[in-house]
Amino acid sequence: MARKLLLEHIGKPGIRGLEGYRANGGYRSVEKALKTMTPEAVVDEVKKSGLRGRGGAGFPTGLKWSFLAKPPGVPRHLVCNADESEPGTFKDRYLMEFIPHLLVEGMITSSFALGANLSYIYIRGEYFYVARILEQAIAEAYAAGWLGKNILGSGYDLDLHVHIGAGAYICGEETALLESLEGKRGNPRIKPPFPAVKGLWDRPTVVNNVETLAAVVPIVNEGGEEYAKLGIGKSTGTKLISAGGHINKPGVYEIDLSLPAEEFLMSDEYCGGISGGRPLKAVVPGGSSVPIIPGELFLKTAKGEPRLMSYESLSDGGFASGSMLGSGGFYAYNDTACIVRSTWNHTRFYHHESCGQCSPCREGTGWMEKVLHRIEHGGGHMEDIDLLWDIQRKIEGNTICPLGDAAAWPVASAIRHFRDEFEFHVKYPTKVKDPNHFAKEPFRKEVKMYA
Amino acid sequence: MGATVKAVTVREGTPPFAFSEAALAECRTIIARYPEGKSKSALLPILHIAQSENNGWLSVNAMDAVAQVLGIQHIEVYEVASFYSMFNLHPVGTYHLEVCRTSPCMLRGADDLITHLEKRLNIHVGETTKDGLFTLKAVECLGACGYAPMLQCGAKFHEHLTPEKADALIEQMRAENKRQNYTDR
Repeated sequence: MARKLLLEHIGKPGIRGLEGYRANGGYRSVEKALKTMTPEAVVDEVKKSGLRGRGGAGFPTGLKWSFLAKPPGVPRHLVCNADESEPGTFKDRYLMEFIPHLLVEGMITSSFALGANLSYIYIRGEYFYVARILEQAIAEAYAAGWLGKNILGSGYDLDLHVHIGAGAYICGEETALLESLEGKRGNPRIKPPFPAVKGLWDRPTVVNNVETLAAVVPIVNEGGEEYAKLGIGKSTGTKLISAGGHINKPGVYEIDLSLPAEEFLMSDEYCGGISGGRPLKAVVPGGSSVPIIPGELFLKTAKGEPRLMSYESLSDGGFASGSMLGSGGFYAYNDTACIVRSTWNHTRFYHHESCGQCSPCREGTGWMEKVLHRIEHGGGHMEDIDLLWDIQRKIEGNTICPLGDAAAWPVASAIRHFRDEFEFHVKYPTKVKDPNHFAKEPFRKEVKMYA
Repeated sequence: MGATVKAVTVREGTPPFAFSEAALAECRTIIARYPEGKSKSALLPILHIAQSENNGWLSVNAMDAVAQVLGIQHIEVYEVASFYSMFNLHPVGTYHLEVCRTSPCMLRGADDLITHLEKRLNIHVGETTKDGLFTLKAVECLGACGYAPMLQCGAKFHEHLTPEKADALIEQMRAENKRQNYTDR
C-alpha cells in the first residue's frame, strides 16, 4: 500500500468539519508556518520538495512562487484554480468535497508564504454544491481564528473567499481565470506580463491548482526533503489520478509518482483491469488534451522499458510514442471503442470551449469537428485525413493560450497511431452507420496480402 | 461560448424583474468579498442569483437589474452572460437536464442515455417539453467522469445512470414539480 498524503484521512468520521479535521492533525502546517517560520522559509521548503503544478503543466511550484513581484505598497494575491474542467479530471472535486479543510489550510499556509492578505478560490460553476461545502469550511475556519485578523497572534491577516464561475473550460487557463474573476469574459491575456507581475486587478498574483495547494500542507508539516523522497527523479511526491472510461474501478487514486503504469491499470488497488475483460486499445493518461496512445505504448515505452506514472516516463519518446501526465485525468479504451468517434467528440468539446479570440483556434476547431463528423458518419474522403493533419498543424503554436495546442494534439495523435481506423471509416461507410459500430465487431487491422 | 454565438433576447414581451430583499442582501454580502472599486468582480455570482430569481434564465430586464446593482454598463453584463454556458438567455423548463456527453462519459454510454431521454421526453436535445417541465441539453465535461453516465439538474449531480434510473428520476421530478436552481442549498 503506497503512502497517502492527501487522501489519508478521507472517510474518517467528522473529517469534513473543522473538529474532525483538527482531531486528525489538521491546521498543523498553519501553526508551524506562522509561529516558527518566515515566509521565505516556507517558499524554500516548497522549492526543496520539488512539487510541480498539479493542474496539468507540471511547472515547479517553488519557482513559480519565487517569480512573484513584490513592489512596496501593492497588495499581492493568491488565487486557487478550482475550475477543474479538463475532460477525464475530477480529482479536485473529490478533494474539496470530502476534505474541504485541507484546501483551506493549504491556502492559509501558501498565502502566508506569498505575503497575500486576500485570496480567492475560483471554482467552476457546475460545482456549486462543492462551493457551498467550501464556504462552510471557510466560515468554520473564520470562527475558530484560522482566518481573519492577526491569525494565531502572529500579526498576519488573511481573508479567503470562494468565487463561483459559470461554465467555461477556458477559465482553467490562468489569465482567463483572472479575467473571469474580474467579472469579464474569459479571454486569455497575452503573456508577458505574467500574473506574477500583473495578475488580478493588475496586482502580482499566483494562481495554483487545488491539489498543488493541498500538497503544501504535508510539505510544510514534514519538510520538503521528506516529500521529495517519494516519487522518482523530478517527479516528486504523490499525485491524484482520476480514472475513468473502460476500467473496472473508476475513481480517484493517490499514487506514488514512481508507480508502474501496468500496476496502476491492472491491480485491484487501483483501476482493477479493463472492463469486460477485453483487450486494452488506447489510453489517455492525463486529460483529453494530452496525446492518446495505443495500449501497448502505454504499458511499455518505445524502447521496451516499463512505463511509470511519472511526468518523465509518460512523456518518454515525445509525441511520437509518448504522451503526458497532464492533470491526471486518466481514461482507458477497450477494443469496443471507436477512436474516430472519440476524436470527433474531443474536437467538438474544443470547438465549444474555444473563446473565439484567435482565428486558428476559433475556425480550426470547428473545421476539424466538421471533417471528423463526416468521417465518423460514413461521409468522409481519404483526403480528409490529410486535411485534418494540416489543420491541426496550423492551430498548434499559433494561439494566445494553450487551448489551441490542446485541441490539436488529440487529433494529431489519433491520426499518428490509428490512421487505419480512419481509413476504415472512409472505405466502409455502411459498417460505421451504427453509433456503437465497434461494440459488436471490434476493429481489426486489415492484413494486406501480396502475391 | 465564443464559438457558439448566443443571441441576447429582445426586451419586448419579457416580464419585469426585480431582486427580492433576500437576494439583494446576498448580493451585498458577495460584493463585500472584493476590494473597494472592484465590485464588478461580483458579476458572475450575482448573475447566478438573478437567474435563480428569474425562473432559471436571464431576461434583458434581469441583466439590466444586475448592471444597476453593480453600477456598470448594460453591455458589460450582456457580453459576459452570453459567454458562459451556464447562463440561459432563453426560458428553460422547470427541470433543466444537462447530460454530459464528453468522451469519458461517451465511453460509458452517454450517447445512449441522451437517445433514451429524447425518446422518453419526446423532444430533441435543446428543446423543452410542451408542458414546460423539462429542457434537455447535452453539455461538455461536468467533472464526473468516474461516475458516468450522469446528468446535472440545478445544483445536483445524478450519477451512475441507467435507463431505469433515468426513468425513475423523471417520474420523481414530475411528481415533485419544483424548479431546481444552481444556487439551491
